[in-house]
Amino acid sequence: MKYIDEFNDPDLARRLLDEIHATATRPWALMEVCGGQTHSIIRHGIDQLLPEQVELIHGPGCPVCVTPLDVIDKALEIASRPGVIFCSFGDMLRVPGTDRDLFRVKGEGGDVRVVYSPLDALELARKHPDREVVFFAIGFETTAPANAMAVHQARRLGLANFSLLVSHVRVPPAVEAIMSAPQCRVQGFLAAGHVCSVMGTAEYPELAERFGVPLVVTGFEPLDILEGIRRAVRQLERGEHRVENAYARAVREDGNPAALRMIQEVFEVADRNWRGIGRIPRSGWRLSEAFRAYDAEHRFDVGGIRTEEPAECRSGEVLQGLIKPTECAAFGTTCTPRTPLGATMVSSEGACAAYYLYRRMNSPMPQAARAAREEMNPVA
Amino acid sequence: MCLAVPGKVVSIDDQADPLTGLIDFGGVQKQACLEYVSDVQVGEYVIVHVGFALQRLDEASALASLKLFEELGLLEEEFGDAWEQAANEAGATLTAEHPNSGSEVL
Repeated sequence: MKYIDEFNDPDLARRLLDEIHATATRPWALMEVCGGQTHSIIRHGIDQLLPEQVELIHGPGCPVCVTPLDVIDKALEIASRPGVIFCSFGDMLRVPGTDRDLFRVKGEGGDVRVVYSPLDALELARKHPDREVVFFAIGFETTAPANAMAVHQARRLGLANFSLLVSHVRVPPAVEAIMSAPQCRVQGFLAAGHVCSVMGTAEYPELAERFGVPLVVTGFEPLDILEGIRRAVRQLERGEHRVENAYARAVREDGNPAALRMIQEVFEVADRNWRGIGRIPRSGWRLSEAFRAYDAEHRFDVGGIRTEEPAECRSGEVLQGLIKPTECAAFGTTCTPRTPLGATMVSSEGACAAYYLYRRMNSPMPQAARAAREEMNPVA
Repeated sequence: MCLAVPGKVVSIDDQADPLTGLIDFGGVQKQACLEYVSDVQVGEYVIVHVGFALQRLDEASALASLKLFEELGLLEEEFGDAWEQAANEAGATLTAEHPNSGSEVL
């Protein structure tokens, strides 16, 4: 455990690890849902510090990664049209569509702009009444309050030249789909802290009960993750399956009521396709009837786009926790951050990018730790 | 954009609609919507995601998170120039016709 000197509080980290080691008597598989947690885990080598019995499986919690290929292609099509200003978060620029990405569309003359907030896109619509401004509204429950506010404001201000290309996804139906899969090995979840900052924890007790799994709401820092693991393992060893909040400083049981009200006004629950995984019932949001006029898919008539994933890419299995990134033959060979086949390699939150960055590049981890990891989990 | 970054409320514009404030993220300052934490006070810390404050956070936790995000290079990714980053990843250079446009919006 000598590498935990890198933790903010090495003594506390050591105590948490000691307790996890002392508690775990049998093999347990936990899934961290959030891509930010995956990065923190790999960066700090948490998976290597745990007892052999405790395995971390990386979940589908990267919104960039799970945005389906046909939606990316729709974005590229809309962004290419004359008169359109297409606004996106920066991490969508290099996500590969069927034959290009938003970065390429910009290079070809499309008016693609990076915004920090959907309200920036709204401001563009106000400044350019002669242009159609489209915002790429992806994300989990954490992003939904912002996108909901943007479209709510557009209607209030009478901005008819603003619309959203919506691909919102929700965590609880993804948990349900993962647990319902016949090959599922997950026995407990580290639930994504900031999703719960918005949504609270009300959706989780039913899942914990139905599938007999502990769900521990967990933050992003290494100590948060160790604490989440400690609580989940303790429940599993005791035969318990409850919802616990290990991120109480940012998560209230009722979430953020004002944000929830706005989401419920603007969006309605809908089935969604997840890139690499497929259709999950009731797993996303679309604009509600009252806001349907702001739906870019209707405004630009891009419903006919049909696409196929690259056969070589196994990101869907990575997203479901069925394989580790290094088990894909394309990993680090035909698929790298510079030439990504799937979004899990291009997005900074993706599990493949995390493995590539921290295990194959000039890792900031100590040399001995890196060597030990490569021995345990060799890469090409 | 997946990140939710803690920051300190520097000022609040009560006249803005929706309610807006200036937030300091360890040196980088940006406007954020405060409508979902409408009773927040100057000096408090909030968790901000894509320009929206979502919850309060205590100072010690906020500072620890900011330090971690900086170490991971995630603050640069969140607030840096996305076009430049994309160009680096693509192994390309931005052309004169379509230069860096990360900040042209505001």
